[in-house]
Amino acid sequence: MPYLLRRFGHAIFLLIGVSALAFAFTVLSPGNYFDEMRLNPQIAPETIAALKTQYELDRPLPIRYAHWVSSVLHGNMGFSFAYNSPVAPLLLVRARNTLLLTITAMLLAWGIALPLGIWSAEHQGGVSDRLVSSGTAALMVIPDLALALGLLVLAVKSGWFPTGGMVSLHFDDLSFLGKIRDLLLHMTLPVAALVLSVLPLLIRHVRASVAEVLDAPFLLAAEGHGIPRRTLLYRYALPAAANPLISLFGFSVGTLLSGSLLVEVVMSWPGLGPFLLEAILARDLYVIIGGVLLSTLFLVGGNFSADMLLYWADPRIRAEARN
Amino acid sequence: MKGKGAISNWIVVLLALHAIVILAGFFAPYDPTEQDRKSPYQPPMRIHFVDAQGYFHARPFVYQLQPREGSYDQYQENIARSVPLKFFVQGERYRLLGFVPSHLHLFGAENERICLLGSDSYGRDQLSRFLYGGQVSLFAGLLGAGITLFLGLGVGALAGFYGGWRDDLLMRLAELFLALPWLYLLFALRAFLPLAVGPLQAFFLIIAVLGAVGWARPARLVRGVVLSAKERDFVRAARGFGATSGYLLRRHILPEASSVLLTQAAILVPQFVLAEMTLSFLGLGVPEPVPSWGSLLSSLEQYSVLVSCWWMYLPALMMVPFFLGYLGLGSRLQQYGEPYKIGK
Repeated sequence: MPYLLRRFGHAIFLLIGVSALAFAFTVLSPGNYFDEMRLNPQIAPETIAALKTQYELDRPLPIRYAHWVSSVLHGNMGFSFAYNSPVAPLLLVRARNTLLLTITAMLLAWGIALPLGIWSAEHQGGVSDRLVSSGTAALMVIPDLALALGLLVLAVKSGWFPTGGMVSLHFDDLSFLGKIRDLLLHMTLPVAALVLSVLPLLIRHVRASVAEVLDAPFLLAAEGHGIPRRTLLYRYALPAAANPLISLFGFSVGTLLSGSLLVEVVMSWPGLGPFLLEAILARDLYVIIGGVLLSTLFLVGGNFSADMLLYWADPRIRAEARN
Repeated sequence: MKGKGAISNWIVVLLALHAIVILAGFFAPYDPTEQDRKSPYQPPMRIHFVDAQGYFHARPFVYQLQPREGSYDQYQENIARSVPLKFFVQGERYRLLGFVPSHLHLFGAENERICLLGSDSYGRDQLSRFLYGGQVSLFAGLLGAGITLFLGLGVGALAGFYGGWRDDLLMRLAELFLALPWLYLLFALRAFLPLAVGPLQAFFLIIAVLGAVGWARPARLVRGVVLSAKERDFVRAARGFGATSGYLLRRHILPEASSVLLTQAAILVPQFVLAEMTLSFLGLGVPEPVPSWGSLLSSLEQYSVLVSCWWMYLPALMMVPFFLGYLGLGSRLQQYGEPYKIGK
């Protein structure tokens, strides 16, 4: 499968490129973690210099990059100054929490957008279609930040959902089912904020691409053969409309990851967002680079799975790949 | 034509909204940094026409707010003291557009502060902060989008027109920028720039960061347009007559990209306003006491504010018309996207 191999090579190139770029940007940085220590009279300048040497902040950039790459290959991803520990284990816990949010939101958003978009395309110009499109327009003009805060206000006023964190304080005492219920309750708000922020875009694109296919002659022919409406929509129209939607799938991964960053901070979800923010404020260099690289990995992974999906769904691409 | 009419309608709406923000000095009753420590977290004052005795007044008025008995942060209307609203009043000195000194405010009251959107923890007028904050947020968005489009135009034209290794290099670079989720990219760029800076520096820093973040997508679009335009017959003809590359680009090729750029602008500006809001909300943007739409909302991060001060959420609702304007303009431009040019 040279097509997928090529896509995979491209993904690797992107990861290496982004990490090199991130390192190059650190040159711009006007200070580092240890500069703040200089203000503290109790820490001797020699100690700071020694720490800098220990963490190789005084070495030239290419050497630091080479050492960092080897650290990544050893599964450490550099060293966090603030936590005094390798970056990878710190990041992985947060990344797991972020992925829990984004993947759930992704599944939900597409699960809602596909049927709603198809339904809306089928009833073009009708009352329900206009209702859906004005609903998406309304969601689009509310800034994401306002949406997340609004949901938070709603939760506080109604008391239906917990308003922060990932689990309750007494989480460890709960039974297995109780734990799942607790986690789900905590997830509801952030996931809702994420879903609502990408939903309008998805619905609009699904509607547009399905509507385009619905006008095609082959569907008229299929309808003439007496094929039932539902089969027509989901087995005939949807696969034909799938190509742009799968590309949108890759794109929606990026949007959700960005959205998650903000939602996590607003709802104090212990994911990459608050962690990265803290690292930026403390100038914890390798944590920032690690977080950025991890997000690239997720996005590239999303795009790669979109490529695979496309290969599976679109015979034209398979044919092209074979030649 | 219906399409053009709709586009100019949206432009008029946007211009009007921006004019209000630009002329914030006149429309806002107070200076956004002026504090009134005696009345923090005042709820919005209601505008009345009918007083407590049931009499109608032609001139709208508000009741003075006073702390409820036994409380320091709960207010109630003092119906013994009505404060009439005055229009075109002499108030605090400000500079319109940054250089015209003036005293005139659209409305105000004598000897009494009136906060129609409530006040924040320092007793600052939220309406004034919203209007002045719009200057920061909207202009960060506009200028950031301007820089992005300029970069995108330059890179796209270079890559598309000259092709070869330049094209390869620039488009690979664009892919790198597109491989990062935009907020992470924004964070990464912001992370490596100074954190503790003055408001003006921070403003320009944010514009620079925003400008550097988004160039990849417009660059790709412009490159596509340039690639197809440079093979058009009239361009080949002009080249045959001895036109230089610079002339060809300027006169014949880049005008083709104008509709793409215009549409991108309508999409990018609200995105960048949102990005500025996000940065300021997280404390990475323009610092206090200068207001921005993001920092206006950041007080909602405190649980007590979230629970008891619903009016602190009002600025979020007042931003909606701005986003609606850009969304409307953007989708119109996309619909009638083809060779639409302003002024023709």
